[in-house]
Amino acid sequence: MDTNKLMLKIRNLHATVGGKEILKGIDLEVAAGEVHAIMGPNGSGKSTLGNVIAGREGYEVTQGEVLYKGKDILAMEPEERACEGLFLAFQYPVEIPGVNNTYFLRAALNAQRKYRGEPELDSMQFLKLVREKLEILHISDDLLHRAVNEGFSGGEKKRNEIFQMAVLEPFLAILDETDSGLDIDALRLVAEGVNRLRGEDRAIIVVTHYQRLLDHIIPDKVHVLSDGKIVASGGADLALKLEDQGYTWLEQGGIQALNVELRA
Amino acid sequence: MSSEQTPVETSSVDHFVQQKYRHGFVTDIESETVPPGLNEDVVRWISARKEEPQWLLDWRLKAYALWLEMKQPDWAHLNIEPIDLQAISFFSAPKSDKDRPQSLDEVDPKLLETYDKLGVPLHERARLAGVAVDAVFDSVSVGTTFREELKKAGVIFCSFSEAVKDHPELVRKYLGTVVPTRDNYFAALNSAVFSDGSFVFVPKGVRCPMELSTYFRINAAETGQFERTLIIVEDSGHVSYLEGCTAPMRDENQLHAAVVELVALEDAEIKYSTVQNWYPGDENGVGGIYNFVTKRGDCRGDRSKISWTQVETGSAITWKYPSCVLRGERSVGEFYSVALTNNYQQADTGTKMIHIGKNTRSKIISKGISAGRGQNAYRGLVRISKKAENARNYTQCDSMLIGKGCGAHTFPYIEVGNPSAKVEHEATTSRIGEDQLFYCLQRGISEEDAVSMIVDGFCKQVFRELPMEFAVEAKALLEVSLEGAVG
Repeated sequence: MDTNKLMLKIRNLHATVGGKEILKGIDLEVAAGEVHAIMGPNGSGKSTLGNVIAGREGYEVTQGEVLYKGKDILAMEPEERACEGLFLAFQYPVEIPGVNNTYFLRAALNAQRKYRGEPELDSMQFLKLVREKLEILHISDDLLHRAVNEGFSGGEKKRNEIFQMAVLEPFLAILDETDSGLDIDALRLVAEGVNRLRGEDRAIIVVTHYQRLLDHIIPDKVHVLSDGKIVASGGADLALKLEDQGYTWLEQGGIQALNVELRA
Repeated sequence: MSSEQTPVETSSVDHFVQQKYRHGFVTDIESETVPPGLNEDVVRWISARKEEPQWLLDWRLKAYALWLEMKQPDWAHLNIEPIDLQAISFFSAPKSDKDRPQSLDEVDPKLLETYDKLGVPLHERARLAGVAVDAVFDSVSVGTTFREELKKAGVIFCSFSEAVKDHPELVRKYLGTVVPTRDNYFAALNSAVFSDGSFVFVPKGVRCPMELSTYFRINAAETGQFERTLIIVEDSGHVSYLEGCTAPMRDENQLHAAVVELVALEDAEIKYSTVQNWYPGDENGVGGIYNFVTKRGDCRGDRSKISWTQVETGSAITWKYPSCVLRGERSVGEFYSVALTNNYQQADTGTKMIHIGKNTRSKIISKGISAGRGQNAYRGLVRISKKAENARNYTQCDSMLIGKGCGAHTFPYIEVGNPSAKVEHEATTSRIGEDQLFYCLQRGISEEDAVSMIVDGFCKQVFRELPMEFAVEAKALLEVSLEGAVG
């Protein structure tokens, strides 16, 4: 792989949560411009992977390394990682009562711009940027006037995550089960938003339990996570195969069969 | 854990003390303060020094006699070291200009740094730091301009002592009618030995042309430890009064016991906002002001309204329940409060809404924030008396905990004597979530900014009741008060 385009390189990553080992040796490479899907049953370690990369407290790395644009990201504070262009779209975005959504996002963007040595945006400049992004994503500006995620429906929360991603323009975005709890219309809207944000300089990792999101966001690569390890990797058709067979099939020796098939 | 204010306060006090000696200025103690301790002679001495009329001396002495029979209340959720009243001096005159630093150059730079963080305007820094005022700006001309404008409107705004001299009939008519001398231990003590305070009178139909804050903040004399404030608004009058200051105030008196009385006649409205930032003690809980305040508003006239807004971040101990007596029909009482305790600070604060008139309404929004080893209690009484037909109360009482060593407590008392009453009470307690913090961090926001953002959001309902410029300062104050509270 062209090392200049390599966005994320994970090598033999082991991590524990509350003393229990959840990730048991993950290897993964994601290049700029690519969309990877990580699929797996509940408890396989999908969300843990995202949280470890983003630096959440309580997720302890015991072995291995994570290089982001060639830098050791595990040595950075979570806010530094964000400022370096890492974005995590949360599975359960939290509510911050009384804090205006626009204010929050401007604080975030300006913190990141300051980190990069760019001038901060004043409220007029910021509003202009925000309106552009809303238009691209077809999101109503009603979102701007409310407190961060407060009283948002499940769909609104997920759309707000995508909206934040559009404004912050990360290099690497990890979408943690962004499809969970969405009906088909909301799912389509979110997927469209993600697709608009695909680009040469950006890598996206879609973490999901179900294949249905991948009908709308066609991944370049699909990885199957099971019991803390990536047990299979392939193209978009791997997701279809999984959908067809179900996760239990993995545990019943399906992996061997699958790997034989992939090699063929 | 670190606290910005603590070293600032102590070292600034040291600094001033040293300066006094450097200038070789010797205070004539006999003429400026009375010897420590309290007895009838002290009460007489205070009254005489202030050249008060006989009726006021009698009033003080009666209060003193009542106080002698009383005991310091111990029902609050406060852990208080016994206060040795015989060690306290009950009167000290304001410092003379010679005794003060002559310019900001002579003030502790750390104190100035705190003012900077709070965005305190330059000319106010001088006054707060105790700089001789005339050396900095012409307070007389500023004061005169405001005074003239108020006079034109018919509003009386002066020190309590001046009011006793110039408007004795008003003082005599209203003093002690809202907070009787016998009300409680600290109110009785204040009545006996009160030093000075503010007096406001807004006549019939007058809307006070300005917030009574700007003038107050740049021109008030040192208020002393036993402050007494009386505000009267006649029919259809309106006033917004702002007390206190966001910047840390220097004060060497440990015990503060103020009394504030508000009277609103028919259709009158009083909005009283407080920002209290007295010295809270150091990070080990040593020192700090004990603040025992009795504040009460009387909605005496029909359709009158009294609204209390307070932001309490200072003092080692806060004991304070600004209350409304809703006597007039359709009168309205409101209480909006943010109380923050950090390090070893303790606060027991809340309100009382006493519904007497028909169709009276009250609203209570209380936000308690505890950090460090702070203890924060909300104590509120809603009483609907027998005659109060169709009274309504809404209470919302939220507590936020930052860290694991602090505590939040809620003591709501509800007494309903009329079946038509509607009383609602909502209460929540939350910890600044690790998940909320991580959400902010993941977007690139620093931990310190994240905490102040979350706290600010939590307090929004109260901050929006404050006059605009003050809301901005209050927000900065919370940030400074919480520095180092997380992490």
